[in-house]
Amino acid sequence: MTAAGTWLISGARPLGGDPTDIGIRDGLVAALGPGAAAEVGPGAQALDAAGLIALPGLVDLHTHLREPGREDAETVETGTMAAALGGFTAVHAMANTEPVADTAGVVEQIWRLGRQAGHCDVLPVGAVTAGLAGKQLAELGAMADSAARVRVFSDDGRCVSDAVLMRRALEYVKAFDGVIAQHAQEPRLTDGAQMNEGEVSGRLGLAGWPAVAEEAIIARDCLLAAHVGSALHVCHVSTAGSVDILRWAKSKGWRVTAEVTPHHLLLTDELVASYDPVYKVNPPLRTAADVAALRAALADGTIDCVATDHAPHPLEDKETEWAAAAFGMTGLETALRVVQEAMVETGLLDWAGVADRMSARPAAIGRVSGHGQPLTAGSPAGLTLYDPEPREAIDPAAHASRSRNTPFAGQMLPGRVVATFLRGCPTVLDGKLI
Amino acid sequence: MNRHLISAADLSRDDALLVLDTADELARISDRPIKKLPTLRGRTVVNLFFEDSTRTRISFEAAAKRLSADVINFSAKGSSVAKGESLKDTALTLEAMGADAVVIRHNASGAPHRLAEWVHGSVINAGDGAHEHPTQALLDAFTIRRRFGRSSGSGTGNGGGTGSGSATGNGTGRGGRGAALDGLRVTIVGDILHSRVARSNVILLHTLGAEVLLIAPPTLLPVAVDTWPCSIDYDLDAALPKSDVVMMLRVQQERMNAAYFPSVREYSRRYGLDAARMAQLPERTIVMHPGPMNRGVEIAAGVADSPRSTVVEQVANGVSVRMAVLYLLLGGAEDDQ
Repeated sequence: MTAAGTWLISGARPLGGDPTDIGIRDGLVAALGPGAAAEVGPGAQALDAAGLIALPGLVDLHTHLREPGREDAETVETGTMAAALGGFTAVHAMANTEPVADTAGVVEQIWRLGRQAGHCDVLPVGAVTAGLAGKQLAELGAMADSAARVRVFSDDGRCVSDAVLMRRALEYVKAFDGVIAQHAQEPRLTDGAQMNEGEVSGRLGLAGWPAVAEEAIIARDCLLAAHVGSALHVCHVSTAGSVDILRWAKSKGWRVTAEVTPHHLLLTDELVASYDPVYKVNPPLRTAADVAALRAALADGTIDCVATDHAPHPLEDKETEWAAAAFGMTGLETALRVVQEAMVETGLLDWAGVADRMSARPAAIGRVSGHGQPLTAGSPAGLTLYDPEPREAIDPAAHASRSRNTPFAGQMLPGRVVATFLRGCPTVLDGKLI
Repeated sequence: MNRHLISAADLSRDDALLVLDTADELARISDRPIKKLPTLRGRTVVNLFFEDSTRTRISFEAAAKRLSADVINFSAKGSSVAKGESLKDTALTLEAMGADAVVIRHNASGAPHRLAEWVHGSVINAGDGAHEHPTQALLDAFTIRRRFGRSSGSGTGNGGGTGSGSATGNGTGRGGRGAALDGLRVTIVGDILHSRVARSNVILLHTLGAEVLLIAPPTLLPVAVDTWPCSIDYDLDAALPKSDVVMMLRVQQERMNAAYFPSVREYSRRYGLDAARMAQLPERTIVMHPGPMNRGVEIAAGVADSPRSTVVEQVANGVSVRMAVLYLLLGGAEDDQ
């Protein structure tokens, strides 16, 4: 008989290094190395991980789980299933639900749904402003003090464009070590915007979303964060100019962090020429030069982490003419594979770098305890076993997400998540949900 | 030719000349007492209009009827982006009715692309958002060609073009081939940013060898317009003496409210074609407008009604060009054998 919760993972390569054994017991990494087998004893369940890379469980700072309100697109259950299959052990659930997650009651509801689902930890993000309306602050303190222990606040989907409101929010969350995650989009410059403003938008006759609309807000918010000594996190950075501003702000020592999505690391606005709304996303797909700058920034740490901006939508919201379609792409089940393609295959990041950008740093930015820890004895046993060798086409029909709006459908991408462990218990084994 | 006509870029130079030559032949039908050909008898052409556009719709309707097609007008205004039946459901409805061709006008750029994925028949773009309006560009090219004596029917073609290599149109008894527009200087003036007419004309006129110059206030030019196959300037007065063709675009009042320009009067002073500016034009130069015109704004009444103006010809030529497009896309040539 095997001991429940005791595992011996043999032959795995921590952070892509030399093969070794990992012993897991009582939710913790009990031992690493040749002595692991002896440490966990003969009763441990065995998992042959020869050739697989072991990463600390991935943490997503930016997920739309859609529940409550749009259960036709996703639920906490299906979204966290997708997360586990993608190698994630924790996801931040964005606040733009219906009702908006702007009170302690709603964030606790989402947190409880996550606990019940059990596929990964769900960390609710609280709205910055009541109803995402950008008029007055939501009860940030109540959400911070709730059972959900909210630390990340965002009006994502909308920009906190009012400079005074943004300043107050940045200041206010200092009391409980919170961070404001800004969706940087100057609203007037992007009124009716449909895609990146550039050569392609001009040709296609679609209203442009200029890079400056993102960069102007990031520049302003970096200055505000510096002025009040607060923590700013910039969501889904998408332009080369934004990277320059972030690099400058970090050089000043300001408390500014940033994320990039997998799709902005791989796809460009040329895809919009098909007018297929599966490529419609906010911020929009940019140019090849932007993609190159984002990759370089993620490699050198100017951009701290990868966040999926997993944004599920039902078919009817995408099977339309471009202007009528919803913005957003799914991402949880493809993120690690896209990062391998864009960053590892290109030599920009090694697997230690991937672990840093997809686990350690997002956990630190989100003030998440029990995640993003190094794979050492005594750490919480959240880990992902990943096979980098296979190369297969993305099949949306096989996804656990309730929605199918992945821009990578049919695209050949490397890698396969084989297993995911959350606090010592597998949520995924052999690529399948437990 | 492609099965669909969605962008002017779908047309090679030979394709475009074939359309224009075929239109020349078909235009002769219009001079007959009985203006009808049996070519598309039994075929169904659906006019699917999500935007009001009486002139374009009746032009396509007349074209299809003169070729003996059955025409169904499907006015879907109001069921577009904001509400009602989805474009896909509309497409499936048309498919069930057995449409051989769907002529679509839609306020969303790219709607014809989407439609083409859902129907089997040919899709003809009759204007989509700020994207393209390829039959307008074809009728403009046709009008220019006629005015400059380069048509197959004019007998004064200067042989500048490559002609077409295909032998279609024998059912209409067509004769010689017309030329392209090589070397002609076409100046397009106005709201380029929001104009599907401008986009299609830049592509098609370039394909046919014309030199295109865009004149507009900088606010009404797309970013990266410098990547288009044309030149750009802001000075209308400098452009006029060098132009063989001046094409004026309609300017919408609502652009003023969005701060694209300070006032209609200022726009008119700087970018309108009035009598004084018309006097700067060379003798041969023609003035075009896709309609509907704002008389007194982008074009003065005296200019619109002058002998240089081709506005009325453009409307008449529209029917011939659309007949040619329907004829070629629906394989009328083969059925005529």
